[in-house]
Amino acid sequence: MSDPTDKPAVPTLEIDDTVFETAPTRKFANRTPYAPRDPRKILCFIPGIIRKIHVAPGRKIRRGDHLLILEAMKMQNDISSPEEGTVKKIHVTVGQMVTKGQILIELE
Amino acid sequence: MDKKQLPGDGVVTGTGTIERHPVAIFAQDFTVAGGSLGLMHARKITKIMDHAVKLGIPLIGINDSGGARIQEGVDSLAGYGEIFYRNTRASGVIPQISVILGPCAGGAVYSPALTDFVFVVDKISKMFITGPEVIKTVLGEEISMEDLGGARVHTEISGNAHFFAASETECFAQIKKLTTLIPWNNRKKADSYPAVPPKPGFRIDRIIPDQPTKPYDIRDVIRALFDDSEFLEVHKGWAANIVVGFARLDGETVGIVGNQPAVLAGVLDVDSSDKAARFVRFCDSFNIPLITLVDLPGYLPGVDQEHAGVIRHGAKLLYAYSEATVPKLTVILRKAYGGGYIAMCSRHLGADFVFAWPTAEIAVMGPEGAANIIFKSEIAASADPNETRKQKVREYTEKFANPYVAAAAGHIDAVIDPEETRDSLIHAIRISAAKQEVAPAKKHGIPPF
Repeated sequence: MSDPTDKPAVPTLEIDDTVFETAPTRKFANRTPYAPRDPRKILCFIPGIIRKIHVAPGRKIRRGDHLLILEAMKMQNDISSPEEGTVKKIHVTVGQMVTKGQILIELE
Repeated sequence: MDKKQLPGDGVVTGTGTIERHPVAIFAQDFTVAGGSLGLMHARKITKIMDHAVKLGIPLIGINDSGGARIQEGVDSLAGYGEIFYRNTRASGVIPQISVILGPCAGGAVYSPALTDFVFVVDKISKMFITGPEVIKTVLGEEISMEDLGGARVHTEISGNAHFFAASETECFAQIKKLTTLIPWNNRKKADSYPAVPPKPGFRIDRIIPDQPTKPYDIRDVIRALFDDSEFLEVHKGWAANIVVGFARLDGETVGIVGNQPAVLAGVLDVDSSDKAARFVRFCDSFNIPLITLVDLPGYLPGVDQEHAGVIRHGAKLLYAYSEATVPKLTVILRKAYGGGYIAMCSRHLGADFVFAWPTAEIAVMGPEGAANIIFKSEIAASADPNETRKQKVREYTEKFANPYVAAAAGHIDAVIDPEETRDSLIHAIRISAAKQEVAPAKKHGIPPF
């Protein structure tokens, strides 16, 4: 274990309890910290355009129910619910362009 | 379109020499229909490719093409396919070099991707599968050609290009240097040159700090070891935690792989394993002995690494070293921990000579981590856990953080003084000059691509 008081002011990397003085790569410095996936948030998996929204807030849904149609790469992707719940909020509108990772629908 | 004259159909082909080294070459001409690739254009390229393979000489492709010639329809796609097929068939038979001297899109970048080395020039070279306009239409993302696929992007982010140059003149000088370092084909060795000692400014005993946690530039070690302190670094800007490239030892070309303690402590990770594995396979294909300089704390921990497939990518390096039958010489400079020790051309992966400096620490992990695991309960139960931990770390360091345990087990051939390294390597390379190793009969292996 390293003593926090003798931590040097240069960039470091800790591996197996040993602190090495070393510069990070840009990729390492820019990496996004891991966050566990919330299954109640339906995220966009491919950039595209919302063509149709089948549900409204407050609607009870079962696993596999159609939520919306996302057109991407000339394909109409049917986005269905991964689990049971109630639609809490719809974050997109028909005709909206969405990017990968963007939140589409929130369940509760 | 039928009546339009396209001089040379947009590509010039021929043969020539670079400092007496023969090469075959094709160069696309962007001023003729945007360098677009039609069937005759492709046939000229495949003809010179076949010629190069038959004569056993390197192929240099100067790429400057907007992509498929849409007016020729499926014929132009056929042309691309025939080039890709030949790139693949010639892979490992003759060295293939690609130079990107303009915006290259779509099929025009896949042929370079199948070749051994891709050269790019700042502000001039652009490579992408789908350009900014398509990305904007389909995804609504706006990006310039330079930010999407410029020379810096491919040498620093994607790793698609191996050599970056500030100007075309510098790029051509790099190509000439590389051409003199590599052999004509896989049946020959690279040309020998007169041996030149390293420049006196590079003192090998002054580079490495005693403390294993302090950084230094591995390229200083390379310059202190090899002829004339010359080193042609490949993939300089990408995955800088490992350094690969060509130099000469005693006048003979060698391929060098070295951990870079100055960047990410020299760890192996997804990109550095990928980079080193590819380089090792090039050297093995073209009879270039491999020299591996080891100083690493192991593999990089992290969710991003695990999820990016560090298992599969890390395995590429194990595969490449194990598969290689060229002379393999390894020098352990300082740390060689755990899986990293094995992967960096250890005896166990077939190294012919393994040397270690007295500063080498060959162990499953560093003393801190090891003591914390082995003596966990003892440390926890002690009245002064911090003092006990320090004592256990000292004990472990004395017992295991040295090269002698591994040397006694036969995993290392000799513990040598840093000053003896060059002479030891020259000795080893001369001794292994006639090395022949026959792999079991097979069509080909299945590396973890």
